[in-house]
Amino acid sequence: MALLQIAEPGQTAAPHEHKLAVGIDLGTTNSLVASVRSGSAETLVDANGQDILPSVVRYGVDGVTVGQAAAEQAVIDPQNTISSVKRLMGKGFADVDASRIPNVLVESESGQPLLKTTAGELNPVQVSAEILKSLAERATKTLGGDLSGVVITVPAYFDDAQRQGTKDAANIAGLHVLRLLNEPTAAAIAYGLDAGKEGVIAVYDLGGGTFDISILRLHKGVFEVLATGGDSALGGDDFDHLIVDWISESAQLTGEQPLNVQRTLLDQAKAAKQALSDSDSITIELAINDINWQGELTRADFDALIAPLIKRTLTACRRSLKDAEVTKDDVLEVVMVGGSTRVPLVRNKVGEFFTREPLTSINPDKVVAIGAAIQADVLAGNKPDSELLLLDVTPLSLGLETMGGLVEKVVPRNTTIPVARAQEFTTFKDGQTAMTIHVLQGERELVTDCRSLARFSLTGIPPMAAGAAHIRVTFQVDADGLLSVSAMEKSSGVSAEIQVKPSYGLADDEVANMLRDSMTFAKQDVTARMLAEQQLEADRVMESLIGALQQDGKKLLSEVEYNDIESAIQKLYQVRQNGDVDSIKNEIEVVDQLTQEFAARRMDASIRSALQGQSVDKV
Amino acid sequence: MNHFELFGLPVSFELDSTSLAVTYRELQRTLHPDNFAAGTERERLVAVQKSSQVNDAYSILKSSIQRAEYLLAILHEDIRGEQKTLQDPMFLMLQMEQHERLEDIPNSADPEQEIADFDDELSQSIKQYLQEFAILLNDENFIAAADVVRKLKFVYKLQAQLSTLEDSLLDY
Repeated sequence: MALLQIAEPGQTAAPHEHKLAVGIDLGTTNSLVASVRSGSAETLVDANGQDILPSVVRYGVDGVTVGQAAAEQAVIDPQNTISSVKRLMGKGFADVDASRIPNVLVESESGQPLLKTTAGELNPVQVSAEILKSLAERATKTLGGDLSGVVITVPAYFDDAQRQGTKDAANIAGLHVLRLLNEPTAAAIAYGLDAGKEGVIAVYDLGGGTFDISILRLHKGVFEVLATGGDSALGGDDFDHLIVDWISESAQLTGEQPLNVQRTLLDQAKAAKQALSDSDSITIELAINDINWQGELTRADFDALIAPLIKRTLTACRRSLKDAEVTKDDVLEVVMVGGSTRVPLVRNKVGEFFTREPLTSINPDKVVAIGAAIQADVLAGNKPDSELLLLDVTPLSLGLETMGGLVEKVVPRNTTIPVARAQEFTTFKDGQTAMTIHVLQGERELVTDCRSLARFSLTGIPPMAAGAAHIRVTFQVDADGLLSVSAMEKSSGVSAEIQVKPSYGLADDEVANMLRDSMTFAKQDVTARMLAEQQLEADRVMESLIGALQQDGKKLLSEVEYNDIESAIQKLYQVRQNGDVDSIKNEIEVVDQLTQEFAARRMDASIRSALQGQSVDKV
Repeated sequence: MNHFELFGLPVSFELDSTSLAVTYRELQRTLHPDNFAAGTERERLVAVQKSSQVNDAYSILKSSIQRAEYLLAILHEDIRGEQKTLQDPMFLMLQMEQHERLEDIPNSADPEQEIADFDDELSQSIKQYLQEFAILLNDENFIAAADVVRKLKFVYKLQAQLSTLEDSLLDY
């Protein structure tokens, strides 16, 4: 039987088989996919030899187009052509300035923004999934096989809702997410491994829609984020909007313009901005509908328009340096990331602030994807001897709503993740069996000034006298920066049931429905696909366990325990070959429960080894 | 297993911060959930828990005030959740004076300088209190040591308020 062959010592071909893994930079304006091939990370190109994929999606009668082809249709078909969808991720309908978006926006039942197109009313998550799908297809074709996993980058300053939305998009696109990686950290990896420098670096990342500043310490393959800050609603798009306003004023356009005019204004503004990086002035022409106008925008005018926005970024830089407890002089290098860092005034002002010439020699468009690809390669298991260790932080404080509309901080910003904090609660009525906890993100004291994350309903609390129950609620932020909550009543040891109601985001069943829709639309066999995924998961479980048994089985387990686990693996194999989705899922759960103790022992052994300075075998 | 044991360090206030940082990196190299990205759900869960524990222990050991409080907690009494104020009339007077000084800064001639000076003084205060604490702890005079920690907490809080004031006044 195949399983016994794998388990024989020396025959470890399967565990060390090269896995196909990619890094994806899902940007506001442009997206890229990269992979490590023959030892070096490179971006993957499309049929035309282009690696950059404009983050534009068009829903036409003939299907979905993504990229340059879609962008070219934007003025002709503005309603169905969507750009900068990342700016809508994790936002409520009320958060969005619809006048800046040349599409039709409607509000969903749960208060989310939907884009009204010929393909229906679409959630930003679904639109993002199309971009991911397009890149995944390119990768599969180029690399010649199925992807075992992807690392997707997100702005460091993205909150929980925005991160979860990104993960949901990946699920809908059928991708296995190895990790959500912060963009500045990804850039630091690409830069750090290339430059081989050690010390404190600052990554100034100004993209199309978001701004991040991260202060990191690099030391022997360890990338430790000391502090991160930014603005998840500030980017090159805002420079464009200011130019749009300038044009509208100069051309004396009043009132709301039709979508095709809005789109033209945006496209012209963007082109002008880019031209001004190399010229002192640019002529802008507007010839659409019954508008016929021409004007000249000088570099000086443009600088005056954007100066206040740049100032905002520098305030964030100042705060992050303070949080990191380093001074400007401590910073070895300032790395510029993101297309918007090409704007001359940005470079000048950042250089002035940090009192040094920022590094602009690495490609600001590709560096994030490259860094993500490097990490994907390691996470997929292709580099067992890798020294790479990323210690990232949570960018926003996590807090709870307490009496009087106040927020009590539970996890402060810039805490290294993963992190777990516990808070004790009690009941205030006799026999109370439920309670709701409102979790928020932000630095302010009032609930109204913070960002609502979710409401967690705890049920199944054993009924007791008021104040007698000791409910320990644990907040866990994982390596992706996502929060999960668990609760237990201490005296009885009963775990509470938790229902999560995200304030800005999709419920699990909504995601499941979208996944189903997306597969049906692509005429895929839903059942076959889900079965294949479950089988893949079972394979991962078995491979990992077999490796673990080989390494530590004899040392850490009794003969009975060892045999029980081996039998469980064999049973899982049978179910994997013959069973359906649910039975495989159940069997995986059974194996997980059985090997809980083994996993814990392995961890403890690892800790002891680490403390004794011995080298530790990785899984 | 207390935090010191986790890091293989003796239970004392004095600490080699370089050695602490090196051990921290080694522990995370082993336990970080990224090591188990290609593993099972169960392994990732345990890794996240252990990694979080290490992060928590590290942040407590790294910070002087948190380390001091933690030492008190394991050796004598956990005062971290305390609500009551210190019953020291001299110190209460000092508290009031310091708060007034803080409130006057926005109206002063040179707020930036005032803040810098005040911050330096508070840092000096902290240094002295920490030295005092170390001695009292060595002598196992826990009651007195606890009082020093209470004073320290106040000074740290004041420093944090000063920092917030700085942020709001000097918006570049």
